[in-house]
Amino acid sequence: MNAQQDLLQRLHMDVPLLFPVILICGIGLVVLYSAAGQDTDLIVRQGIRIAVALALMFLVAQIPPDQIARWSPWFYGLGVGMLALVLAVGDVGKGAQRWLDLGLFQIQPSEIMKIAVPMVVAWYLADKSLPPGLLRLIVASLLIIIPVVMIARQPNLGTAVLVGAAGVAVLFLSGVRWRVIAGVCLLTALCIPLIWYLMHDYQRVRVLNFLDPQQDPLGAGWNIIQSNIAVGSGGLYGKGWLNGTQSHLEFLPERSTDFVFAVYCEEFGFMGVSLLLSLYAFVIIRGLYIALHAQNTFGRLLAGGLILTFFVYIFVNMGMVTGQLPVVGIPLPLISFGGTSLVTLMVAFGILMAIHTHRRLLSD
Amino acid sequence: MERQLVFRDVSRESRVFKRRIVMAGAVMAILVLLIIARLIDLQLIKHVHFITLSHENRVKVLPIPPIRGLIYSRDGILLADNRPAFSLEIIPEQIDGMDGTIAELTKIININVVDTQRFYKLLQKQRRFDAVPLRFRLSDEEVARFSVNRHRFPGVEIAARLTRYYPLGPLTAHAVGYVGRIDENDLERVDVSNYSGTMHIGKLGVEKAYEDVLHGRVGYQQVEVNVRGRILRVLDRTPALPGKDLFISLDASLQTTATEALAGRRGAIVAIEPETGGVLALISSPAYDPNAFVNGIEPESFDTLRRSPGRPLFNRALQGNYPPGSTIKPFLALAALEYGVRDPDEQTWCPGWFKLKGSSLIYRDWKRGGHGNTNLPRAIIESCDVYFYSLANDLGIDRITAFLNRFGLGKKTGIDIMGEADGLIPSQDWKLKNWHLPWYPGETVINGIGQGFTLVTPVQLASATATLSARGRHMQPRLVMRIEDPITFSPAELPDATRSWVEIIEKNHWDPIISAMVDVVHGPTGTARTSGRDAPYRFAGKTGTSQLVSIDHDEENDGHELPEDLRDHSLFIGFAPADDPRIAVAVIVENGGSGSAAAAPIARKLFDHYLSGSGI
Repeated sequence: MNAQQDLLQRLHMDVPLLFPVILICGIGLVVLYSAAGQDTDLIVRQGIRIAVALALMFLVAQIPPDQIARWSPWFYGLGVGMLALVLAVGDVGKGAQRWLDLGLFQIQPSEIMKIAVPMVVAWYLADKSLPPGLLRLIVASLLIIIPVVMIARQPNLGTAVLVGAAGVAVLFLSGVRWRVIAGVCLLTALCIPLIWYLMHDYQRVRVLNFLDPQQDPLGAGWNIIQSNIAVGSGGLYGKGWLNGTQSHLEFLPERSTDFVFAVYCEEFGFMGVSLLLSLYAFVIIRGLYIALHAQNTFGRLLAGGLILTFFVYIFVNMGMVTGQLPVVGIPLPLISFGGTSLVTLMVAFGILMAIHTHRRLLSD
Repeated sequence: MERQLVFRDVSRESRVFKRRIVMAGAVMAILVLLIIARLIDLQLIKHVHFITLSHENRVKVLPIPPIRGLIYSRDGILLADNRPAFSLEIIPEQIDGMDGTIAELTKIININVVDTQRFYKLLQKQRRFDAVPLRFRLSDEEVARFSVNRHRFPGVEIAARLTRYYPLGPLTAHAVGYVGRIDENDLERVDVSNYSGTMHIGKLGVEKAYEDVLHGRVGYQQVEVNVRGRILRVLDRTPALPGKDLFISLDASLQTTATEALAGRRGAIVAIEPETGGVLALISSPAYDPNAFVNGIEPESFDTLRRSPGRPLFNRALQGNYPPGSTIKPFLALAALEYGVRDPDEQTWCPGWFKLKGSSLIYRDWKRGGHGNTNLPRAIIESCDVYFYSLANDLGIDRITAFLNRFGLGKKTGIDIMGEADGLIPSQDWKLKNWHLPWYPGETVINGIGQGFTLVTPVQLASATATLSARGRHMQPRLVMRIEDPITFSPAELPDATRSWVEIIEKNHWDPIISAMVDVVHGPTGTARTSGRDAPYRFAGKTGTSQLVSIDHDEENDGHELPEDLRDHSLFIGFAPADDPRIAVAVIVENGGSGSAAAAPIARKLFDHYLSGSGI
């Protein structure tokens, strides 16, 4: 082990995780430059956000996992409290109440929950023998359902799904029995009509458009059709950087945020997509590796839950852009323009690194 | 506290966790494969389909309308021009407070409710960055007033578009015609793609007949547009081919002279150059301003024109069917010589009336007491009716019909603008077919003085006169003499004027007729001698008075006591100079009375102007 690696080890940085993450961020800046119409100013801003997020990751990585476990319930409680505040007084942004203005800066409590929920579930379950009994299962489920419902009521369906997925991932990894899983699946299927009834009109339209985009090609189906055209016209090698007509001629909606993957597909083609998927796969495999090698239940449940959530992020976004899933406002991890999801992701990676790098210190 | 003492099987938990991780990994791998399969489907299998869609998305083909060819008169006067017309346009996306802006604009430019309503209707249909017209045809003063205040109105601009303009207005309306907005009927008879950028099309006259020459060929530009259709850049450009300029045989100054000579009376004048068949003047009075039709005439104005008793929209020169009256006599005299029915010097006794054998019906001469012993020249010079009653009777209807048809009377002349009427030279067949009655000999008699069923149009009469003046050489009348490319100035193909001959067996049969027509204006007893007085050149002519109500012709009853619309039509045909004809005319003044009183002086003015103007 050379000195440089040793230094990074001491700084609690996990190189196999750090390296692909930084590469993906780099690719993100390149794509954004094209997607945002070669706006250098915007790229600088995003670069600064990446730097800040990396710094935060570094700080989180220094915290020992035991400490993280101890903070989990407080962190969760704070998040739920802020969610309640948002529902009460939150600013209205894009027709949905998501932001809490704290004067100095705005925070999106639903983002906090993406980490707080797997943390608290992992903390709650790690305390006792696994797999959890029925009572503990119900309590853990409530810990997940309460914030999910609050987020869905903002309304912010995408984040609610991700927060729920993060909690469920931890539950799944904790070894919940198959018959319970089957039962929950059945219950969910039965609940679909109820969910449909509770959905906002625009949410229903999204689902309908997903099922048949040609139904309203100039209205709400437009995004899906144009996104498919962008992806498909990219072909094997893509149209080349800065040459994507769909995005540059404004046919593609939300092209620097939720639909940035379509721009990437159009300009870099199937080859480019393969590269990006490989990098993501590398991150996920490394994450799973960290989870498998975590030394306590909390660490392994949390690491596993976070990395599965990361996958859900990628899958839902790509599924949406390629027309396989309904349009939900989920950005492409590490690439889409914007700071909030970036910070959340980096904090998650920081936790993964903390779990992995503090391990040896414990074993020594 | 008790529960914490329960033994935890850490290795089992770890095993379960590992299994779950492997399971999750497998599920993720399947989901990733789904995404990859979808990407392969979109990017590799259906790539061609989507690249086509993306291409269609961004490239639009926009037409570039060609510039319409100009129309000039033979004397180089511009008759149809393309002028910038100024309109006030608003770009909606640059305006905040549309109502306020319009209210402010109303203070400096006359904008009425109709304009505003149309504007708001257009506003809903058009895109936010496309200029929407608020007012058309701004006056120069309004343009100036707006220009001064322009800084106060960002997003409001004055746009200049080329529109057709006819500088001489009503003067050339019936010959040149006009263009108007393309309607659905027009689209059926043109190549729609060639007209994709064009707003106007020839509706009448030369503008309609030479539409394909004047219009030109549309150009195209391929532009890259964004999702809202805003043009970002031009990718490719095929310029439009401008329409060709037309030089027509019409003499603008002669046209003016003729119009002034008519002095607003209802009537028609057609002047033809016998040598070429070129139409020197074509007038139908009253006329209308063709400029009113270019951008769509207001319904009220159109109604006024349509209901006007003078029927200004009616093209009398082409469509007016008139009894030729005595102007038919020179042609019938020629027929009589041709068929050997009369000898020039053969005398016919005119007692002032004519009666067919076995009939008690009396046909009167216009001159009470008659002309006495009359030969052919005198019958023309003094317009003796009895002579021609008898002549027509001896010729018979079949020969009259055949001979007049040879001069093109009673059928379309084939002039190069549309809308000609047929006229009518009656025949036995015609009467049987249309009236289901046999031909009566008495009908032949009145044919001898151009009454009865006989009808001619002014252009037919002028063309027949030109043929007569050229001793049988017939040139099909036409308006366009030259087509020129506006860029290369090279003349374009124009078919030669159709030429034909009216075959006359004895060439010297022309002489007595023409010399008699000269004496109509220059002889001491000629019916139009007042019009021929002191002319610096010799010309030939024949007066005609066509009766509209069936009354016995008396010298006293010259029509002036009748209400105006029942008075006789005044006609004159003639050509000048007599021995080397360069202009042949037919003049008809509706309800103008006798031919010598109204029509002949007008012809004299035309000759004076044309022959002096062209350097005699």
